[in-house]
Amino acid sequence: MPQYLMSVYGPLERTDFGAYATKEEMLAAFADTGAFNDMLQREGYFVFANGLESAETATVVDGQHDQPVLTDGPYLESKEHIGGFWVIDVPDLDVALRLAAEGSKACRGKVEVRPFQTEESFVALLES
Amino acid sequence: MTDAVVADALATVHRREWARIVASLVRRFRDLDIAEEAAAEAFAAAVERWPADGIPANPGGWLTTTATRKAIDRLRREWRRDEKHQEARLLYDEDTPSSPGVIDDDRLRLIFTCCHPALAPDARIALTLRMVGGLTVPEIAHAFLVQESAMGRRITRAKAKIRANHVPYRIPAAADLPGRLGGVLSVLFLIFNEGYLATGATTDPVRADLTAQAVRLTRLTRELVPGDGEVAGLLALMLLIEARQAARISAGGELVTLAEQDRSLWDAAPIAEGHGLVRERRAAVAAGDGPPGRFQLLAAINAVHTYAGDAADTDWFQVVALYDRLVRIDPSPVVALNRAVAVAEVDGPEVGLALIEGLPLDGYHAFHATRADLLRRAGRPHEARAAYDRAIELAGNAAESAYLTHRRSTL
Repeated sequence: MPQYLMSVYGPLERTDFGAYATKEEMLAAFADTGAFNDMLQREGYFVFANGLESAETATVVDGQHDQPVLTDGPYLESKEHIGGFWVIDVPDLDVALRLAAEGSKACRGKVEVRPFQTEESFVALLES
Repeated sequence: MTDAVVADALATVHRREWARIVASLVRRFRDLDIAEEAAAEAFAAAVERWPADGIPANPGGWLTTTATRKAIDRLRREWRRDEKHQEARLLYDEDTPSSPGVIDDDRLRLIFTCCHPALAPDARIALTLRMVGGLTVPEIAHAFLVQESAMGRRITRAKAKIRANHVPYRIPAAADLPGRLGGVLSVLFLIFNEGYLATGATTDPVRADLTAQAVRLTRLTRELVPGDGEVAGLLALMLLIEARQAARISAGGELVTLAEQDRSLWDAAPIAEGHGLVRERRAAVAAGDGPPGRFQLLAAINAVHTYAGDAADTDWFQVVALYDRLVRIDPSPVVALNRAVAVAEVDGPEVGLALIEGLPLDGYHAFHATRADLLRRAGRPHEARAAYDRAIELAGNAAESAYLTHRRSTL
């Protein structure tokens, strides 16, 4: 079955409660997201899911030269950064979009749905 | 066989069979690109061979067989790339007899795929016209005043997104069907409007042809989903609007308003068909088929106008009542504007003006044109002039500008 990455975006700078304004909101979102993840497991859609530390904690590494060059901070300059993601394994895009809507409601953020390359598309790339 | 006879036969079979051929190829080969290319190659082969060989007894069958062979040829050429996949594709349903029901379902699947909500609205329109309507990329580019290369990229990108995302080739589940069908109807109405609003003395026939394309695709959708009220409503709406086309533009290229149109120029056949559809829907709603949606209400409003033999006979109370229902399901400022026009006919221009003041439509030429007309009728020529100025400044269509300029000069 095709796999999709569902990423959630959030602000660069976080509050004491991560990407949430209040502790109540954070706890409610965690509870709903936990229930959503349980459902993904039950239905056999779950591959992986986790939240990320703040984008400010990122380091960019360029190893294409003699010595690796390290840069503090995220790769893209942006107000919003990826804050967590799911990898799901589902029959088609319609199922992925339905799950993304549920995940978005649970974690209280917008969700970007993006397909992974498949064996077929990878072979097509090699042959191009 | 003369070239004219062959060209005629080709045009007819293209209109009737293109979507069917593409849809059956997509089902079989699971790829919009292969289906589109093979269908186009089959028609090119017909252009080459029919003048010499004669028109086959079953032109649609000939084209389907030829297109299938072209698709298999292409896949064979690409075989080395992943033998197992392609072989499986070729073996699967090699000789499935295609019953009419299955073909219809295929075309409907194709429409839903082209109008998938994950695609941008522009891409949905372009893809529907290409894959279902059979227009060429240059024709679509021309109709939407976009560079051919840009339109080509738009369509290629849409097909690539469908492929990469595994957009399913199926009719949506019952729970999603009303919403998804609504999306399809919006695409068809946008195509219609693009053609309709562009029509004028200096307009390219390719753009005007968009209205005919939209009617054709809506008829097809109605054939495939005959029980849906909104599909019937949209078809009725398009027919009732298009029937007035000949009366809508004067010999001098000026827009003629509904009130001033020569009603003898209206096309009786589509009006009769549109009225029939509106009656059918009214009976269905009376029999408990659920409340009418946006397109059914718009069709009913247009039917009130086309029922009136003379503009003075228009049942404006009925129009206002229908707009009252429309506002409840579509509370957009444009609907509020059109409702105000009807209210002004019943209660006078000042009441209409009060209703439109403050609508957030300052960038919309029809808002200023409506305001100008109401101000003129209310005996406020200075304000009317300023409103006409603004409307002319914003109008994007030659016939409309000519009409507004003329109205301003009669103040």
